[in-house]
Amino acid sequence: MAATAIQRKEKLIERIFLLIAFSSIFSLFIIALFIFAEGLPLIWKVGLKDFLLSTRWAPTKGHFGIFAMIVSSFWVTIGALLFGGPLGLMCSFFLVEFASDRLRAFIKPALELLAGIPSVVYGFLGVVYLVPLVRDYLGGPGLSLLTASIILGIMILPTVISISVDALVAVPDSYREAAFSLGATRWQTTYMVTVHAARSGIITSLVLGMGRAVGETMAVIMIAGNALKIPLSPLDPLRTLTSNIALEMGYASGMHRQALFATGIVLFFFVMALNTIATVYARRKRIK
Amino acid sequence: MSKLFSRLSRAILLSLLVALPLACNNSSPSNGKKKQASASIIIAGSTSVQPFAEKLAEIYMVKNPWAIINVQGGGSTAGVRAAQTGIANIGTSSRNLHPEEKNLYEIPIAYDGIAVIVNPGNPMKNLSTETLRKIYAGKILNWKKLGGVDHRITTITREEGSGTRGAFEELAMEKTEIDQGCIVEDSNGSVRELVGTDPYAIGYMSFGLVNAQVKAIALDNIMPSIEAMKKKRYRFFRPFLFLTRKKPAGLVLKFIQFVLSREGQDILVKEGLIPSAIIQGEKLKWLLQPSREKKS
Repeated sequence: MAATAIQRKEKLIERIFLLIAFSSIFSLFIIALFIFAEGLPLIWKVGLKDFLLSTRWAPTKGHFGIFAMIVSSFWVTIGALLFGGPLGLMCSFFLVEFASDRLRAFIKPALELLAGIPSVVYGFLGVVYLVPLVRDYLGGPGLSLLTASIILGIMILPTVISISVDALVAVPDSYREAAFSLGATRWQTTYMVTVHAARSGIITSLVLGMGRAVGETMAVIMIAGNALKIPLSPLDPLRTLTSNIALEMGYASGMHRQALFATGIVLFFFVMALNTIATVYARRKRIK
Repeated sequence: MSKLFSRLSRAILLSLLVALPLACNNSSPSNGKKKQASASIIIAGSTSVQPFAEKLAEIYMVKNPWAIINVQGGGSTAGVRAAQTGIANIGTSSRNLHPEEKNLYEIPIAYDGIAVIVNPGNPMKNLSTETLRKIYAGKILNWKKLGGVDHRITTITREEGSGTRGAFEELAMEKTEIDQGCIVEDSNGSVRELVGTDPYAIGYMSFGLVNAQVKAIALDNIMPSIEAMKKKRYRFFRPFLFLTRKKPAGLVLKFIQFVLSREGQDILVKEGLIPSAIIQGEKLKWLLQPSREKKS
């Protein structure tokens, strides 16, 4: 009898946890539902082609083209990857393959601190220090693709480093020992053996870093200039999908508001695509 | 660990219990019929009006400790909507109302100039409205064309829907549109910050908030000043509106009366605004008529 009482209690707790687990999925579902319910009518009215491929955004005058922002979001993400990717990967190689335990015990927490700095602080530093530097030495208004890419590159470092470190650590030591016994140096072992074995995890880290970059808002509003043109050089200002929503939401009503939700739909697909790619790569590793 | 957790959750619960009644009290639109009973109202809307409304509310609350006035931002369009839906007791706007928004009581509390600003290091002192329009339309891109150095102009505008931008479009741009290549900033503060640090920038902002970081320039040979605006010689100014859905009563009415009183207006003048009464010259009674009735 006692056993069934315990079992019943166990079942009950299991149910409660199941319910709680589902509530988080439920909130995702609700968010998606709301974005689509608010945004789709506008896309329907304007037409998908005009919405996605027109560069004219003047919502109070009835023009809802977000092509320039899609291109801008794309470039900023690529730019962040160009700065943050190599930096983050090299940092994780160093941490796993070269650093002494004592050094690692110092660097890892420091990097985690980097993740805890609010994005508005990054943006503020960017405006005050980086923007004048770019303006004075490279030209343009300083608020630019380049500045945003550098700041975002730093912001994605914690994501890139922590995931690629995990991937590198997961490579069995027997791989390294085999390489050493063949006379390979530490660096040769790293780039010929370890990186290959951890490849899927490293790609996952880069893709998730891109997801972080595409979703960043506050810092980008402050340093990217928010102009509505397609950037033609790294020194041109630009406006990303996220900054468009945050900039105008306070003022938007009616069609304008719907258009911002529709921008959210596009962003939703952006992030979903990146996450799917990341999951596919992460899964490939497990099957191996 | 679990001890800490339970202590933490107890603390959170306790703070919620304390905060909840407060929050409820704040959000309920008050009638404040009894004089001494405490009452609270919410003012929300234009970010240009916000600092001035905060100042006024602060002073009013010191004098009348029973009153609680919450001032929030959000933007002019949000202010109009907040007044229409009743989310805020008073909505604020820094642009004229559109025809479809005229179903509100609108009380101009003051007028604010829009100053065109450049970096203090810029020798430019004067622009004609037409030149200004060409700069913002993207037709003039280089300071050289205006007799300055050979460098691209960094044109800074405000975001779509902003009251300051709306007023600027109305006053300077007429039918032309602001070029999409302009840099867009989302507050007076960030426009000022950028123009203050970029020697080649031009921007526009609330005259009351211009400080030594930037240099205001003359338009059509007239420097922006309260005197010039009172005489309507400098024509770049717009109203700061308080909007209510219902006829003002209780604390809402009292606060509006305070703002329009000599004392309230003096505070606004000290902050760099043009007092409402001097341009308007109307009486409070007239102001409290709904705008529909005023027109007919």
